Amino acid sequence: MPKMSYAAPATIPEAIGLLANAAGLAKVMSGGTDLLVQFRSGRTRPELIVDTKKLPGITGIRVTDDGFVIGAATSGAEIGECAALVQAWPGVVEAANLIGSTQVQGRASLAGNLCNASPAADSVPAMIAARATCVVVGSKGRREVPVEDIVIGPGRTSLARDEFIIAFHLPRRPAHAADAYLRFIPRTEMDIAVVGAGVSVTLDAAGVCTDARVALGAVAPTAVLVPDAAAALIGHTLDEAALAKLDAAARAACKPIDDKRGTIAFRTKVAGVLARRAAAIAFERAGAR
Amino acid sequence: MSKHHVTTTVNGEPAEFLCEPHHSLLDALRDELKLTGSKEGCGSGDCGACSVIVDGRLVCSCLMLAVEADGHAIETIEGLAQGEVLHPLQRKFLEHAALQCGFCTPGLLVAAKALLDRNPDPTETEARYWLAGNLCRCTGYDKVIRAVLDAAAEMRGE
Repeated sequence: MPKMSYAAPATIPEAIGLLANAAGLAKVMSGGTDLLVQFRSGRTRPELIVDTKKLPGITGIRVTDDGFVIGAATSGAEIGECAALVQAWPGVVEAANLIGSTQVQGRASLAGNLCNASPAADSVPAMIAARATCVVVGSKGRREVPVEDIVIGPGRTSLARDEFIIAFHLPRRPAHAADAYLRFIPRTEMDIAVVGAGVSVTLDAAGVCTDARVALGAVAPTAVLVPDAAAALIGHTLDEAALAKLDAAARAACKPIDDKRGTIAFRTKVAGVLARRAAAIAFERAGAR
Repeated sequence: MSKHHVTTTVNGEPAEFLCEPHHSLLDALRDELKLTGSKEGCGSGDCGACSVIVDGRLVCSCLMLAVEADGHAIETIEGLAQGEVLHPLQRKFLEHAALQCGFCTPGLLVAAKALLDRNPDPTETEARYWLAGNLCRCTGYDKVIRAVLDAAAEMRGE
């Protein structure tokens, strides 16, 4: 690996100062499972790596009156072991747990998956569907930002050079609410999404959808929130007419690339299919609680 | 670019080493602590040959900086056998011929130990998914899975 320096600050102001005052490129690291691969291959050449894992509150999951606060560097393995989170947000957890191998799950984090800014990041559509927000800190203070406003293009985020995410917030769930995430890969494990779909719904006692969010991954330069797809579900039970509208809205939101893992036509069709299937799982889970 | 002094525990014993900030934990284990059981296959977290357990979590030691190990407990393949007595997983790998070239074996054994530490009675499907991040180009995996399930059964006293 090329030369760089490493710092693991113990306080947030210290971390912000290091990022703000770095002469060259400084990279924020949580689990490091993307960053260290890019560093080793020479795709990124940071002069400084700021490891966030010693900051207070950056790991661990806290249940609050408003929902859940997930530390930005909390590992996928820890997320999967949090029974309360699995119960409330099964789609977010299944998406986070799809990232990489068991080994990668031991380190990989939500903040890293988001800020690596891959269009195919699995946890991102699920978090967008869940109305997750990020707590961002920087020299100008602290702000809360919806997840969908962080990534602005492949490998690019809206964060300033001295800003980083310290936690994610997932709202509390009403009754009859659940989410689901599905991805298509040509094998069963250890691959990158060709298409991903996250759906979150709230139903009334009769099973009619009163609130929905649908987000897609790997079909555009960033994960996309698809309001028309959500609108297709709201006011309906899980009937074929609603699903057909959802399917069409999901396909209409696709602006995918053509590559070895999927053609434009294939990704577009699969986006509609996965949106339907994820909606069916979310409805079933929501109806069961 | 000064060196970092890292204090850690490796296989239950206190260990310390000096490392450059860009060194991986795998580099430090092999080159500083001379624990060459952990292998570098890909260096990008895809093959699992460098698997170690850090604070009870299975990780790729190539995807962790050596300096990040400071204050943490590391288990490597060298800690699996108790002196001359092989761990049941090691014995079963031999009995089932679950290796040919052996390059992936340390990583597979460490990953399998991490599995049995948390799930003493895995199904075949659970074992296959857990070990999906450990690539083996010789065995075709069947013998590996049989060895892991057989070791698990023996460790449960069956």
